Amino acid sequence: MKTDCLTILRAATLSFTLAGAVAVFTGSAALAAGGEGPHIERQDWSYNGFFGKYNKAQLQRGFGIYKEVCSSCHGLKLLSYRNLVQKGGPEFSKEEALAIAKEATVSDGFDDSGDPKERPGKLSDRFQSPFSNDQMARSANNGALPPDLSVIAKARTYHRHVPWYTEPYYWLYDMATAYEEKGSDYLYALLTGYKDAPSDMTMGDGMHYNEVFPGHQIAMAAPLSSEMVDYEDGTKPTLEQHAKDITAFLAWASEPHLNARKDLGKRVMIYLAILALLLYLAKLSVWARVKH
Amino acid sequence: MSDHSSSYVPSNGFTRWLDERLPVLRMMHGQFIDFPTPRNLNYFWTFGGILTFCLMVQLITGIILAMHFVAHGDHAFQSVEHIMRDVNWGDLIRYTHAVGASMFFLAAYIHMFRGLYYGSYKSPREILWILGVMIILVMIITAFMGYSLPWGQMSFWAVTVITNLFTAIPFVGESITQWIWGGYSVGDPTLNRLFSLHYLFPFVIAALVGLHIWALHVVGSNNPTGVEVKTEKDTVSFFPFYIIKDGFAVIMFALLFAWFVFYAPNYLGHSDNFIEANPLQTPQHIVPEWYFLPFYAILRAIPDKLFGVIAMILAICVLFVIPWLDTSRIRSVRYRPLYKPFFWLFVITCLALGYLGAKAPEGYYLLASRIFTAYYFIHFLVVMPVVGLYETPKEVPDSIADSVLGKEATSETAQ
Ligand code: HEC
Ligand code: HEM
Repeated sequence: MKTDCLTILRAATLSFTLAGAVAVFTGSAALAAGGEGPHIERQDWSYNGFFGKYNKAQLQRGFGIYKEVCSSCHGLKLLSYRNLVQKGGPEFSKEEALAIAKEATVSDGFDDSGDPKERPGKLSDRFQSPFSNDQMARSANNGALPPDLSVIAKARTYHRHVPWYTEPYYWLYDMATAYEEKGSDYLYALLTGYKDAPSDMTMGDGMHYNEVFPGHQIAMAAPLSSEMVDYEDGTKPTLEQHAKDITAFLAWASEPHLNARKDLGKRVMIYLAILALLLYLAKLSVWARVKH
Repeated sequence: MSDHSSSYVPSNGFTRWLDERLPVLRMMHGQFIDFPTPRNLNYFWTFGGILTFCLMVQLITGIILAMHFVAHGDHAFQSVEHIMRDVNWGDLIRYTHAVGASMFFLAAYIHMFRGLYYGSYKSPREILWILGVMIILVMIITAFMGYSLPWGQMSFWAVTVITNLFTAIPFVGESITQWIWGGYSVGDPTLNRLFSLHYLFPFVIAALVGLHIWALHVVGSNNPTGVEVKTEKDTVSFFPFYIIKDGFAVIMFALLFAWFVFYAPNYLGHSDNFIEANPLQTPQHIVPEWYFLPFYAILRAIPDKLFGVIAMILAICVLFVIPWLDTSRIRSVRYRPLYKPFFWLFVITCLALGYLGAKAPEGYYLLASRIFTAYYFIHFLVVMPVVGLYETPKEVPDSIADSVLGKEATSETAQ
């Protein structure tokens, strides 16, 4: 009698949970088949992983692209010109950075008669945005707002199309390989993702077809093409190279202390590992005195 | 336990003087040096120490962050970026605090499942357990408020979604919600009070932890056998045995912690929170932090908003009464052959709900959330009382010393 009751309970709960698992399974299978969002390729970035570091030359090239192309529409307002000199960044010389800063015009309060004053930029100034307000930015861009790019590399990501039961594997894989560069993958895919619109798609006025942009219609025309920006260091100026370089630069803008952080991390981890080992040995010797 | 005699001997004139006036050192000595602790605790018992470490890390990093943070809708996002870019070591302090929240919950959940597995909530540890449930409740509220502070898209919309739940309260819901907002929508006043309370609540947690440890030291630790301490043979002194073991465990935990802080600080976060809050644009998916996902899944599994909220709150509050729902005569699941599979089913259920909380609540996913939500409650309300009544436990050792040393040895002089 007792056991009957339990067998029923056990069977009921088990089938409950099994039913739940089956539902998850079918649900994910259906989704994976339909697909949600475009496929984006994982790239190899100099700054991903345990040993990742920004490549100074690449950041300098990337800055060149930002300055010559993107800066006419996109701000980078969280950066200061002095950041360009900082270690772990593009590491321009002070003179180079100052020359860059001086090209900007910065408002400087008011003069004695109350009129606004202006002066050339200094190293301590923030990057000046191309438009002084959103309305102006929109009216110059067909109603669309070019977002500030200061943290864009961390503000975008994508969904991997894998069957659900492999998802935990990818979570662990990214975690164990210290891979946080999905935002960079997305930017690269976006900048190289301009294609002709499929014939059955009606494009909005002034919109451009892009494979990875959500909804595929983006108000920004393809900003890059091959040989668009001159490289002084002899790197081949292909579209892909341009896209990689500007992406790396934007990644640095989002996370300017990455080099220092990963550097310090190694010391901390080694220190902790040694401490753990010592404590473990101490624990063994203390506990050797008693059975447990 | 707390009345064991402390072997404290003041070592100099000052401590003797102090001991006659405020025997705080005697108390510390009694509670943290020669406190008798079961000799057979496994590493799951180190998570209480790990949680204390987490709380201290959150307090220290949080207080430093608050020195630079600006609780204003127009400046919060920028001030956080200022911390990340311009404050010395600011990125590490912020990442430690953000990752720390996740680590805190990871440790707390392991700590709780430990309690569930070894029956640590059962008499005489009901108050200890209830204080724990109060701690997790305050932790949830605190973490939620903390996540709102950077005022990114996910911050803003999470606050909007959760505060909107109060509108489900009949009759007065609307007024209460506006009272919480400090206006007609989530805005500056909301952010300010979230910050104020986010600073306050960790100290409430600290106070609750004090009571929690006090309660622990009155009744003493449970142990993997679930058999109460009977004689001195069953225990070892806290120092050096458990100080060193806890210390080792804390450092191992710190290694995992450091991995996230230094190599994957944003891995557990959400990219949308790097977009400044925009009340006019709803993000495509509003997803809470991972540690809330099971509760979020329960909330959305119920078709009615009010009942969804109630179910979500009950999901935690049911824990308050499990000392009385569990009818088993013995504590440890180790000796409960019938209950053991149900326990693991429950663990799977929690993991599944976590997975489902991150998925859109539609089609089969919704169906699965409903099934697992049902089991979540069935486990506590049906399985726990019924199985305990019917189960014949396996043979439980007579004492801790017995289980460690073998029966024969206990009669001899065992250390
Ligand atoms: C002529 C102006 C213009 C230029 C030049 C320009 N952009 Fe844009 N960009 C825009 C506009 C407008 C949008 C908003 C698009 C939309 O929302 O549909 C945009 C959007 C973006 C986005 C956000 C896409 C998303 O996922 O939301 C990124 C990233 C971006 N631009 C990068 C760049 C980069 C890198 C460059 C330089 C290589 C660049 N842009 C040059 C106008 C411009
Ligand atoms: C800030 C969070 C917390 C801190 C700092 C904390 C601290 C501690 C410490 C130091 C111990 C003794 C060591 C150990 O057994 O691991 C302990 C035991 C215990 N805690 Fe917590 N705790 C916290 C949260 C919780 C929560 C959320 C619960 C349950 C809902 C809980 C339930 C218990 C129980 C039942 C014990 C006794 C375990 C046993 O003796 O078997 N605690 N806690």
